[in-house]
Amino acid sequence: MCLAVPGKILEMKVCEGRRVAQVQFGGITREVRLDFVPEAEVGEYVIVHVGFAISRLNAEEAEENYKLLRDMESLEGEGRAEPPPGRGGQRP
Amino acid sequence: MKYIDEYRDERIARALIGEISRRVTRPWVLMEICGGQTHTLMRYGIDEMLPAKIELVHGPGCPVCVTPLESIDKALQIASRPEVIFASYGDMLRVPGSHTDLLHVKAMGADVRVVYSPLEALKIARAHPERRVVFFGIGFETTAPANAMAVWQAKQEGLENFSMLVSLVLVPPAIRLLLSSVGNRVQGFIAPGHVCTVMGYWQYEALSREFRVPMVVGGFEPIDLLEAISMLISQLESGRAEVENQYARSVSREGNRPAQQMMERVFEVCDRKWRGIGPVAQSGLRLRPEFAAYDAERVFEVTEAGAAEPNECLSAQVLLGVKKPTDCPAFGHGCTPESPLGAPMVSSEGACAAYYRYRRQAVGTCEVPR
Repeated sequence: MCLAVPGKILEMKVCEGRRVAQVQFGGITREVRLDFVPEAEVGEYVIVHVGFAISRLNAEEAEENYKLLRDMESLEGEGRAEPPPGRGGQRP
Repeated sequence: MKYIDEYRDERIARALIGEISRRVTRPWVLMEICGGQTHTLMRYGIDEMLPAKIELVHGPGCPVCVTPLESIDKALQIASRPEVIFASYGDMLRVPGSHTDLLHVKAMGADVRVVYSPLEALKIARAHPERRVVFFGIGFETTAPANAMAVWQAKQEGLENFSMLVSLVLVPPAIRLLLSSVGNRVQGFIAPGHVCTVMGYWQYEALSREFRVPMVVGGFEPIDLLEAISMLISQLESGRAEVENQYARSVSREGNRPAQQMMERVFEVCDRKWRGIGPVAQSGLRLRPEFAAYDAERVFEVTEAGAAEPNECLSAQVLLGVKKPTDCPAFGHGCTPESPLGAPMVSSEGACAAYYRYRRQAVGTCEVPR
C-alpha cells in the first residue's frame, strides 16, 4: 500500500490546470501528477505513489549516503577477510 | 533502475552485516512498522543474516490488515447495490468480512473493479454518469493526500456520482498504543519511510523522548533496512534514544507541506478502530462535514453491525509484534493466502503472507530458523 517507486521526469505539461509528467520507471513510462511537488523539474527523480509524486528525490543526500556506504564497504573488504555470519547477502 | 539497484548491492549488505555484528553485545528487539519493509526483510532473508542477538518483530503497518471488519462489511453492503460500481485496491478483494468478501460479491454479479489509484475511480465516474462510483479509500498517511485530491477534484468538477468509503489510519497513535501496552518488548523502531515522506518525522520525536526509544526512519530496499538496523543498534548500544533519518533521499523533518495541506483541507482526525487491535483514539481520518456529499457512509446510509473476528486467528498479536505468524496453529493449515482467516494472510504486506511466501519451511517446527 505504501509502495512508492523512484522515477525520472521525462517531460511535463499542464493538463486542465494541473501539472502532469511523463515519468520513467526502468523500461516503462507512466503519467504522474505533480500537485504535491510543485517545484519538480524535467530530469529530476520523484518518488511516486498511486499516481502522485510525493517527493522530489534529494540527489545530494543520496550521493553522500551512497559514498559513505561504498567507503565502508571498501574498508571492510581491505580489513577483514572473514565472511559475515549467516547466509551472507544472498539474493533471492 | 537508479536509486534502487545500488541499494541492493550484495557487498555493501555484507559490510553492513559485519558492522552490526561487531557492534551488538546484548539482545535487542526491533520492530519495522511498515508491511512493505516486512516484505523486503523476508524476501532478502535479512532476518536470517543478522546476528542471533537481534530479533525483528513486525508491526501493524499493513493498511489492508488493519481496516476494521465493520468497514469491510460496509463495503460489501455498498458494493452489492445494483447501481454501484465499487472501485478498490486489489488486495482488499479477498479480505474476509463477517460473512463474505468482495471477490464473492463480485462473483455474485456486483460490479467490483480493481484500481491502482483513486484517479482511476474518478475516471470511471466521469465515464458512467448513470452509475454511482464508490472508491474504497483505505491506507495510511502515504495514501491520504491522493485520496484527498480525488475528493477535492470531484467537488471542483461537480462530479455528483462519485463518493469514497474512507478508512484511513495514522501511524503515530498506533506506535503510542504499542509502547504503552503491557508486555511491549520493542526497544527500537524502524519508522515508515513513505509515511514520513508525506508527514515528516517531527511527530516521532516526542514519542522517542517520552518512551526513551530510538527510532530510525528507513527506506525500503535491503541496504536501507540494514543501514537503519545498524543505526538503531548503534543508538541502543550507546544508550541513546533519538529520531534519525536513514531515508534522507526522500524524507525531511517537515515532510511534504503541499500534500499535508490537501489532507487537512479534506480530512479531519477521528477515533478509529483497527482490525485485530481495537479502537485507537485520534488514529484515523474522515471527511470534513463540507465534503459530506462525497462520504459513501452518508450517501448510502449503511448500517453498522458489531462483528467478531474468528477465534482461531492470532492476527491481533501478530500485528502488535507479540507473536510471529508461525506461532499461530492455523498458519499454513487452516489459514493460507487462498483461504485466509485474517487479513495479514491476504495482503502482500501482511506479515503472515510474507512468512507464508518466504518461510513456509518453518511450519511444523513453529520456529523461524536463523
